[in-house]
Order: sequence, then structure tokens, then C-alpha cells
Amino acid sequence: MMYYLGLISEYLKNYMKSRLTYRADFWVEVVSDLLFQASNLIFILVIFMHTDSLGGWSESEVVFVYGFFMVPYGLFSCFVNLWNFSERYIVKGELDRVMTRPAHNLFQIFLENVDPPALVGSAIGLVIMGISGAQMDLYMAWWFIPALIIMSLSAVAIYTGIYTILTSISFFSDAPTGIIPLMYNMQSYGRYPVTIYNRAIQVVLTWILPFAFVGVYPASLFLHREDMQHMALLTPVMGAVFLTLGLLAWNFGIRRYRGAGS
Amino acid sequence: MLSVYTDFIRIRFLTMLAYRVNYYTGILIYSMNIGVYYFTYKAIYGDAGSIGGFTAAQMTTYVAVSWMARAFYFNNLDREISTEIRDGSIAIQMIRPYNYVLVKVMQGLGEGMFRFLLFMIPGMAIAMLLFPVTLPTDPVAWISFLVMLFFSFLINTQINIITGLTAFFVENNEGMMRMKRVVVDLFSGLILPISLFPGWLATFAQWLPFQAITYLPGSVFTGRVKGVGIWNVLGIQIIWLVVLLVPMIIIWRLARRRLFVQGG
Repeated sequence: MMYYLGLISEYLKNYMKSRLTYRADFWVEVVSDLLFQASNLIFILVIFMHTDSLGGWSESEVVFVYGFFMVPYGLFSCFVNLWNFSERYIVKGELDRVMTRPAHNLFQIFLENVDPPALVGSAIGLVIMGISGAQMDLYMAWWFIPALIIMSLSAVAIYTGIYTILTSISFFSDAPTGIIPLMYNMQSYGRYPVTIYNRAIQVVLTWILPFAFVGVYPASLFLHREDMQHMALLTPVMGAVFLTLGLLAWNFGIRRYRGAGS
Repeated sequence: MLSVYTDFIRIRFLTMLAYRVNYYTGILIYSMNIGVYYFTYKAIYGDAGSIGGFTAAQMTTYVAVSWMARAFYFNNLDREISTEIRDGSIAIQMIRPYNYVLVKVMQGLGEGMFRFLLFMIPGMAIAMLLFPVTLPTDPVAWISFLVMLFFSFLINTQINIITGLTAFFVENNEGMMRMKRVVVDLFSGLILPISLFPGWLATFAQWLPFQAITYLPGSVFTGRVKGVGIWNVLGIQIIWLVVLLVPMIIIWRLARRRLFVQGG
């Protein structure tokens, strides 16, 4: 365990050194990430200029859900980045280098792609939760902070599980699949109250690609929404299940890996 | 000379054709995006008759048409140009007897033609099966929409080329390209029609070139803009096409004087 923690700090140091050569770009990237979140928030704010509730949820509640969503999403984007795994590690053959080292290969790949600017999004998410919570006079119970930590980590586990499963597919198909960008769009479904979607989409978002568990379900716990609180309590279970499935899929897939030619 | 450029269109079209399987997932992605907005707007409308000048039916059509128009005009020329600048291959292209920027436009056009035939049209057919999209019956709306769509492509391509060429000046323009994508999606009216924006933001958006990419053609196609209004829209598109030529040419002139190859 200490060994792995040591690796994290070494990789982060390396990251800082290489990034500081492009210092201006670092900040442009932070700003562009925030701009993306801002455009989603603008969408919510503009929508509520034309309606009072979205599927029975008020503006402050929807903004709160979005704020919560930003917290695990920032953590996930920082530590788990499999976006161009197939090109970088399989097509270019970098996986060979990773596999000759003692630490677990998936862990190394995560570390090689850390993206700390994404954490700024998590911080802003907390601020948004605070502001919209204050607007609603949300009762702040003693269990909020431990629950926030557990829910955020569970949500990160769900994300990691889903994307690891999908990335494992690239061990079986030669061509880079377009499936990951597909899922990056799918996750935006989970940010809005799932009650607005039809039954089929609700089932998919809850049990098959459980993106509702990274946004609206866990957030409903803090909002004291009785219709969904029982689902919120399932979040850690779903996190454990999907993370396990992800690791199993990965370990199964990597055994099929043979280095690329040349 | 002209045939050199038309060859670039043809070659890019054929290259895209070789990778067409990737675009089937693209159709799925766009249908899902249309789905998110369709359900969201359905929840907003409830019993309301019209919001921001759009009826519920017009909004569904607007959302579908905007995403499928994006399927046509979208391209990654910014990324291509910045990669070519950073790996130095642009130096070779600069000494060849053609205009680099014009070649990029032609390649974009080849990609656009591919996207139009194998992405936009089948995508629209699927969107119509899944969501209650109503197409206009007026042939004027169809013809003017298709003409405007071509201008959307040109304006978006100009913006992409300008963004790509900034790699000459900032070395790593990844953040810049991401920022451009967000700004275009928001202010072109793709995720929200401009008429839904609050007054000051709508005014701001109307002074930017991006609304000419999605919002204005979409307004014509859904029948919100008719008659003389169509000519106004076309006029705005032409003005932006001409205005954007200026920064593009200036940046290209300046860039040629400061080529700075990193590695390679």
C-alpha cells in the first residue's frame, strides 16, 4: 500500500514538471473545463426561466444535483483517464513497457494519465452545492460530510467500473472502437432527474449503465427526497459491484493481449 | 489547377469511406443527444403552448435538425492543423505549389460530403423514427435550409482553421480547441435556441458569428423565419463569411513568418 502511495506522489511530481513547461496552456485547460461545466449550468438556468419544475424537481434541486455530479466527475477525470487507451497503449504498443513493471498495469495506466486540472471542477461542484443548498435552506445534518465522501467515492467507482469494462473491449477488437465517446454523452442523462425519461431509459440508467447513481440518486439523499433516498443508499453497493466487474473484465482481457508487431 | 483542389475533396471522401464503421456509433451518439434534449424539453413544455417562440413540435424538430446539421458541418480541421504545425509536417506542405488553407477547406468539404451522405441523412431517418420530428412541406424552406447548411459548414470551417492556426503562437493549443468547441456548441444554439436565452445573453449571442452556424438555419427549417426573413438570414451568413476571412488571412500571413517546429 505504501508502495502504491509512493508511486502516486512520484507520478504527480513528474506531471508537474512536464506541465510547467506549458504553463499558460495549463490555465487555458482549467478555464476550458470550467467553461464546459458553465455551459451545462447555463442550460439548466435558462431552462428554469421557462418552467418552475423539471419532473417534479425545482431549479435549486437540479442545480444541487449538478453540483454533486461535478465532485465525483472531477475526481474521476483526474485519476481515471482511459480516453485514448487503445491508440496509445495497444496500437503504439506502450502496454509492453507497462507490463514489464511490478505495479498493477491498470494502476500504472491511470497514473500515467493523471489530469489534476480536473480537480478544479470538483471544488466548484462543492461551491455550487453550498450555494444551492443555502437557497433551499437545506438542513445540514451531521452525516453530510461523511456521506458526501462515501457517495463521491462510490460514484467514482461506478465510473471507473463502466469505463474499464468498455476499455477492456479493445483487447478483443483490433480497430479502435468509438464506444467511449458514446458513453461520455450517455452520462449527461444521469445529471437530470431520471423521472423525466421514459421507463426504458430509466431502467438502463439505473441497472445497466448506472449513470443515475453518479448524479441524481446520491444527491437525493442530501436533498431529503423521499422518492429516491432508498436508491441513494444503493450507491456504494453499485460502486463495489461495478468496480469489481471492471477489474475482472480488465484482468480477463489483458491475458489476451499480445504485443503489437514491429 | 482547380483539379488539384477537387482531388483533395475526392481523396478525403474516400478515406472517410474506409472508416465508415466508426460513424455508425456516431449516429447512435447523436440520436442519444437528441433524446436527452427531447425528454428535457418535453418535461419543460408540459401544457405550455410555446416557449421562446417555439411550439413543442417545432422544438423537437429544431433539436433533431440542429444535431444532424452538426453531423454535417462538424470537422476536426483545428486538431489536424495544430498536429501538423507541432510535428513540423506543415513545413513540407508550405513549400508545395498549393495554398495550405485552401487545401484544408477542400479536405473539410470531402469530409462534409461523406458526413452528409452517410451520417446526416441516415441519422435524420433514425431520429424521425424515434422522435416526433415534423419536416417542413414548403420547398422554399428546404432549398434555403440546404443553401444555409453549406454556409454553416464554411463559417464553422473558418472558425476551425483560425483555432488550428493559433498553434503557431501558443505551442500547445489543446485548451483553446476545447474552449472553442464549448463556445460554438453554446452560442450556435445547438444546446439551446438563442430565443430562449435571457435578453442580454441573446443580444450578446446575436453579435457573434456562431448563431449563423445552427440557430439561424434551424429557425428557417422549423418555419419560424419565412419570406424576407430568409434573405436576412442568408445575408448574415454571408457577412460573417466575409468578416471571418480577415483574421484567417492575417493569422496565416503572420504564421508563415514564425514557423517553429517542435521535435520531429
